Amino acid sequence: MIHASLKELSQALAAKKISSVELSTLFLDRIQRLNPDINAFVTVDRDKSLAMARAADASIAAGTAGPLTGIPVAQKDIFCAEGWTTTCGSKMLANFVSPYDATVIAKMHGEAGLVSLGKTNMDEFAMGSSNETSFFGPVKNPWDRARVPGGSSGGSAAAVAARLAPAATGTDTGGSIRQPAALCNLTGLKPTYGVVSRYGMIAFASSLDQGGPMAASAEDCALLLNTMVGFDERDSTSLDRPTEDYTRELGEKAGDKPLNGLRIGLPREFFGEGCDAEVMAAVRAAIAEYEKLGATCVEVSLPNSHLSVPAYYVIAPAEASSNLSRFDGVRYGYRAPEYGNLDDMYMKSRAQGFGAEVKRRILIGTYVLSHGYYDAYYLQAQRIRRLIANDFVEAFKSCDVIMGPTSPSTAFKLGEKAADPVQMYLSDIYTIAVNLAGLPGMSIPCGFAGGLPVGLQLIGNYFAENQLLNVAHRYQQATDWHARRPEAIA
Amino acid sequence: MNQWEVVIGIETHAQLATVSKIFSGASTAFGAEPNTQACAVDLALPGVLPVLNRKAVDCAIRFGLSIGAEVAPKSVFARKNYFYPDLPKGYQISQMDLPVVVGGSLTLQVGSGDKAYEKVVRLTRAHLEEDAGKSLHEDFHGKSGIDLNRAGTPLLEIVTEPDMRSSDEAVAYAKALHGLVRWIGICDGNMQEGSFRCDANVSVRPKGQAEFGTRREIKNLNSFRFLKEAIDYEVHWQINEIEEGRRIQQATVLFDPDTGETRTMRTKEDAHDYRYFPDPDLLPLMIGAEWIERIKGELPELPGQKRERFTNVLGLSAYDAATLTASQEIAAYFEAVVAVAGQGNAKPCANWVMVDLAARLNKEGLEMAESPVSAQQLGGLILRIADNTISNNIAKKVFEALWNGEGATADEVIDKQGLKQITDSGAIEALVDEVLAANAANVAEFKAGKEKAFNALVGQVMKAAKGKANPQQVNDLLKKKLAG
Repeated sequence: MIHASLKELSQALAAKKISSVELSTLFLDRIQRLNPDINAFVTVDRDKSLAMARAADASIAAGTAGPLTGIPVAQKDIFCAEGWTTTCGSKMLANFVSPYDATVIAKMHGEAGLVSLGKTNMDEFAMGSSNETSFFGPVKNPWDRARVPGGSSGGSAAAVAARLAPAATGTDTGGSIRQPAALCNLTGLKPTYGVVSRYGMIAFASSLDQGGPMAASAEDCALLLNTMVGFDERDSTSLDRPTEDYTRELGEKAGDKPLNGLRIGLPREFFGEGCDAEVMAAVRAAIAEYEKLGATCVEVSLPNSHLSVPAYYVIAPAEASSNLSRFDGVRYGYRAPEYGNLDDMYMKSRAQGFGAEVKRRILIGTYVLSHGYYDAYYLQAQRIRRLIANDFVEAFKSCDVIMGPTSPSTAFKLGEKAADPVQMYLSDIYTIAVNLAGLPGMSIPCGFAGGLPVGLQLIGNYFAENQLLNVAHRYQQATDWHARRPEAIA
Repeated sequence: MNQWEVVIGIETHAQLATVSKIFSGASTAFGAEPNTQACAVDLALPGVLPVLNRKAVDCAIRFGLSIGAEVAPKSVFARKNYFYPDLPKGYQISQMDLPVVVGGSLTLQVGSGDKAYEKVVRLTRAHLEEDAGKSLHEDFHGKSGIDLNRAGTPLLEIVTEPDMRSSDEAVAYAKALHGLVRWIGICDGNMQEGSFRCDANVSVRPKGQAEFGTRREIKNLNSFRFLKEAIDYEVHWQINEIEEGRRIQQATVLFDPDTGETRTMRTKEDAHDYRYFPDPDLLPLMIGAEWIERIKGELPELPGQKRERFTNVLGLSAYDAATLTASQEIAAYFEAVVAVAGQGNAKPCANWVMVDLAARLNKEGLEMAESPVSAQQLGGLILRIADNTISNNIAKKVFEALWNGEGATADEVIDKQGLKQITDSGAIEALVDEVLAANAANVAEFKAGKEKAFNALVGQVMKAAKGKANPQQVNDLLKKKLAG
């Protein structure tokens, strides 16, 4: 059961081969045993989880269950959940118990009937690519516990990779779903900006943040995504579109060339220098596999992609510097125990409550928005953002889906890049442009380098989630990279 | 003083009369227990997001249309970043580069009587923003309390060009604007509760100089009297500074009503860098022609249009027209009086409403809507003056009787109390003869050239007639008899 897919779990629950309480207990016990080492969860609340499981069992018994009712999942600790401590990986919110549910949580706990196993560790306020900036300590990669799981959704990635949960939610501002998915041999999807409500998802960079699923396969991601999406009147950037069934294109397909006619765009900028050779070899092998499935490859260009990291590190910190102003020690969260006057309270509370990386980004963001620098940095970065989005529009004229590496390297050692922010920022060199353009992106397992997982990135046009999931699913039907499991974790 | 010219621009924060807040569903009602009208969004809990209240936009469009401004097809909400305990998010959502209302003007009457003149004040812009909460510094044993009920209340900030040249013009503008926002129903105008508050930017320059002087901004004036006193003090202070050889520094100042003085709050050097940038949580506000047309259809006749009609069609003076359009209640009352008394009697209708009725209401501290004398009753009364049934003096008696509920109509009062004017010349002549015979001394005095004696004789006749004789007829007959 631990390794079963969501579909299999759904069938088992429906056939009453196992109850949600039994299934949830299985995972909760596993968390209890393995989490002290892996540190994927920051909050587990057995009573709450089992209460949800009991409700799910009642719903299954009453015949009112949905396809995922009773299935346990892990929630990134960036989503507010009523009655749950919601920390966002920060000392600032270590004592914050949310009085309300994020829209995504409300949907999952409500209509969908999913059981939350707990809240997963993450880089502080989602700022990081290794999960090392968390106030609650680093998460270990189940494939090699001396290495990072990636970030910022590192806890969710490690939880699923170690099968502490069958699937998890993540959020992706510059690669925070895709990069940890790549480093932990998972499938992760960042939807088109506006598809998943941001209400109750603690904001890092509002114009870039997007929630999405992380799981063992494209099919699992599709099932979980179905429970997360939908127009939300409480999020002004949420898109009012007809609901889709993301499993729609995953049915059986005849023939050995299910992707006949698919045009894969290979951006020459993603296949140059800067990428580990073994990673690149795995990516190229995956593309060769796609050709066997009927796809054809065309070279495309994203001429401004080299500007995506610099533009991102202006826009994201600018928004973050303002978004994080509410953490001032006045109404909730951390307040310094001793202070003189009001300014002193602000300074001490924020100095003590935020970690180094968060402070660095607040400083950068404050600087680029300052009078006299705004035009040169913020406005210029916004212009670059438009250029980058236009690059994709051009590229999609000659292809259906863009592919390349998710991350330039496999999982690096804990502490290896922690002292060098620029090296850390370059971990997201292939993923950031997708957020700047607001496009959907995925990472799927495509092989190993030095025994560590390699991720293949798929980028689709706006609202092409169904197509991306289909393209990923056909590959996963033909290969078994995604089914490989870390042997060290029993 | 004479060689100095005063330059004033005004920024007004008008609280919009919406049921809920500008970016959340919480109530905007005044006076609730602290923090009972602040929801998750107002408290700026982690993860919450703003959603624009379209009713607030309706108000902005109403305002834009009523001042002949451009309603921007696209405007943008921006974040104004600063830390303060009553600002929960650490930024205020406002509009910066692209406001919702651009341009427009307000025409106002300054002064009264012969000195009255018309003034056009140009508006720069009006933009939507949210209010902050309140810091409470009393009763917390050395600590401060925060009440976030007001946080997120919708405001329209209305900014003028530096077009005003005296505190009188500034007050006339503020009153006209106050009247307008209430007229079009976008603000309750309650200044004590802070629903309408003004900041005045004041500078002085030598007459004839083209450039403006350095301005100082007086913050948060919540009465017309304070506005005038603050500007007068500030002008006096600035002129004095310059004449004593000092330079004015750009600054924000506060007015203390107790001392009547302004004092510096902060200078330009310690001004905040608000780091404005477009709010990524809100899409640009797009206002299409359809939306504007809908609001246009809902607008009442505007005070300016009414003023024009009162002067052109009813023949009232500009001053009267301005006074009668100070509020929708006054205008409606006046028009109801005219509807009964007839357009030909518009001038006496105006006088009765503006003078007699206003004075009586004022004495009792009543609003126009609470008047015991209805517009229909007053119109009926004016009709009886016009057709000579009663004199103006008797009319005042009838008015008083109506006020006290001594009759349902003027006619009923006149009838019941026998106040009908004597216009029968035979009857008046008999009274005149009687008085002349009984007051030989006055007659002699008049003939000796004492004009006053004539008035005494008129008085005697009126007394004999119990005030009911037509005064003009009495005058004419007396003159005729005395001359004869």
